[in-house]
Amino acid sequence: MPPPSKHMVEPDGRLASPLLEVRNLRVEFPTRRGTLVAVDGVSFAIMPGEILGVVGESGAGKSMTGNAIIGLLEPPGRIAEGSIWLDGERIDNLPYEKIRRIRGKRIGAVFQDPLTSLNPLYTVGRQLTETICTHSDMHHSQARKRAIELLAEVGIPAPDRRIDQYPHHFSGGMRQRVVIALALCANPELIIADEPTTALDVSIQAQIIALMKRLCHDHNTAVMLVTHDMGVIAETCDRVAVMYAGRIVEIGPVRQVIKSAKHPYTHGLMGSIPGFGKDVRRLTQIDGSMPGLTDTPSGCAFHPRCPQAMDKCRKVRPDLVPVEQSQIACWLFDEAKEMANA
Amino acid sequence: MPELTDKSPALQVTKVARYFDVSPPFLNRLLEGAPRQILKAVDDVSFAIKKGETFSLVGESGCGKSTMARVVVGLYKPTSGAVAFDGVDMASLRTQAEALPLKRRMQMIFQDPFASLNPRWRVSNIIAEPIRNFHMIEQPADIQKRVDELLACVGMSARDGKKFPHEFSGGQRQRISIARALASQPEFLVCDEPTSALDVSVQAQILNLMKDLQDEFNLTYLFISHDLAVVRHMANNIGVMYLGRLVEVAAARTLFTRPYHPYTRMLLESIPDLEMTGTKTAPLAGEIANPIHPPSGCYFHPRCGFANERCRRDLPISKPTKDGALVACHGVEEGRIPEFREVKTPAPA
Repeated sequence: MPPPSKHMVEPDGRLASPLLEVRNLRVEFPTRRGTLVAVDGVSFAIMPGEILGVVGESGAGKSMTGNAIIGLLEPPGRIAEGSIWLDGERIDNLPYEKIRRIRGKRIGAVFQDPLTSLNPLYTVGRQLTETICTHSDMHHSQARKRAIELLAEVGIPAPDRRIDQYPHHFSGGMRQRVVIALALCANPELIIADEPTTALDVSIQAQIIALMKRLCHDHNTAVMLVTHDMGVIAETCDRVAVMYAGRIVEIGPVRQVIKSAKHPYTHGLMGSIPGFGKDVRRLTQIDGSMPGLTDTPSGCAFHPRCPQAMDKCRKVRPDLVPVEQSQIACWLFDEAKEMANA
Repeated sequence: MPELTDKSPALQVTKVARYFDVSPPFLNRLLEGAPRQILKAVDDVSFAIKKGETFSLVGESGCGKSTMARVVVGLYKPTSGAVAFDGVDMASLRTQAEALPLKRRMQMIFQDPFASLNPRWRVSNIIAEPIRNFHMIEQPADIQKRVDELLACVGMSARDGKKFPHEFSGGQRQRISIARALASQPEFLVCDEPTSALDVSVQAQILNLMKDLQDEFNLTYLFISHDLAVVRHMANNIGVMYLGRLVEVAAARTLFTRPYHPYTRMLLESIPDLEMTGTKTAPLAGEIANPIHPPSGCYFHPRCGFANERCRRDLPISKPTKDGALVACHGVEEGRIPEFREVKTPAPA
């Protein structure tokens, strides 16, 4: 079944098809107390070589979306609805062995904690060569050479010596570099990076961000960067999707979303970040906190915290509508459009 | 200290050092001839906090900020140096009876609101503990009234007192921690990364609350954080720590407009730029050295672009600059480090 994909026009007039397309994704957790919906009707596309940021507070469903794409949802979590397409091929309903072939080869992954993503009992070199051998027909000695090249590429000094060391010999920043090297092993087309810099200090974070940007540019790898840090998004991404309570509330070019946030949630989120450009006595605050999965409000999930909530927001759930270059799920913009049309 | 006012210091920290013995066990030392190893978590740190002001310590992990917080509240005894609160040297208070009135006046808020509240106690009990401990109110009914007041103070309802900590979100729990810290009517609060476990919208709520409480009760804060943006929002004066030493102490405004020390500049440059001005330079290479075997001379010299022979040899001591900052750097002292803006955006030729 070919995907009825919406083609996008590139600047030079060519039609470009998205590398990854997520359509109407719904992730559920059936529990004894009812079904919890962690991701609800999420759709987005990533173009080849593009860096898409997914930002939101804890519990927004951003990591779940990433895990669903690489088929790493932990049972009882499951994809209840929707589809995921990688380069025109549907990958959400593949048998385990097939998705395992894609994961690592075509989609790489970088997780938050570099210590838990590496096996403490194997040397870094063994983990790298194993991955390279799994995804290519390289000979062991060739794979080792490639592994040393990769370590050098991610900026690890003396890679021919470091390759025989164990993960605990590396510092946090160096471990994250190793994990990035692991993700790059098979030259994937897409990397899912789930909070790759959250466990690191700011100076190391800056190094890792610069490294990821450079590598993705060099290899033309697309990245889905999941993070809670708007600063990291601003530094790296081309486009950004803001998630709240399992849904995308705003998606658009990073400059537009950050400089002129439209959705009340994004607007509040930007205002609550202490910044250098602004000298304010008080930060804008969004009262309350993200609803739990068991008590997602009716209508727009943000309405109990929204300063501009209307009657309609409490009853009907808004869908993404195009506003300028972004798409926003908020009745404020739908209303405005209807009025303009009328 | 920048711009002396008539406010007297609430806290005076003088040349405080705290070392930890991280030697291998006695038998290993005996058999393998391994030497003793001393970790200098905090070394030669001096600063003062004026009443009603906020002093911040910033630095990356392992730089000794949390150790400093613990020394200030008396959870660790300093190896050398003195901490004086309201003019009284903490080390001079030998007995519990002497120390208790002073301890009542300083409280601490911890980083992890999940670990710092007893999961088996009800919230009202948690908040009432300092009241009972310092014998501030004796009648149970009056204690309950005071607890309800405190809950209202931090924006929670009296009904929340009946619940257990696990029923609250991270932000609510941090409010409970603040209510508990306020229960003994302190003048001085040590806040060790109070918002780093929270989401940014909740962080804004807690930071706003802390500022409101500071105004209401004229509190003095020692605010510890790794997040420079948060620190800039909260602090009057800032101390930047690196490997256990203060490298720069300055008023918040000065530090962010005219940072002197190369490490401070590196920290400022590595903050992700939300304004997207595109003036970023490449991030500095290198990582924090091992504090057990710090580099010779200035601890920062292996990562510093301005380091010379003297930096590799001699440990710099803090010297005041012309706008009142205290900077420990040979380069700044000799005037061989260019102005901050020149470094950030090189002038077109």
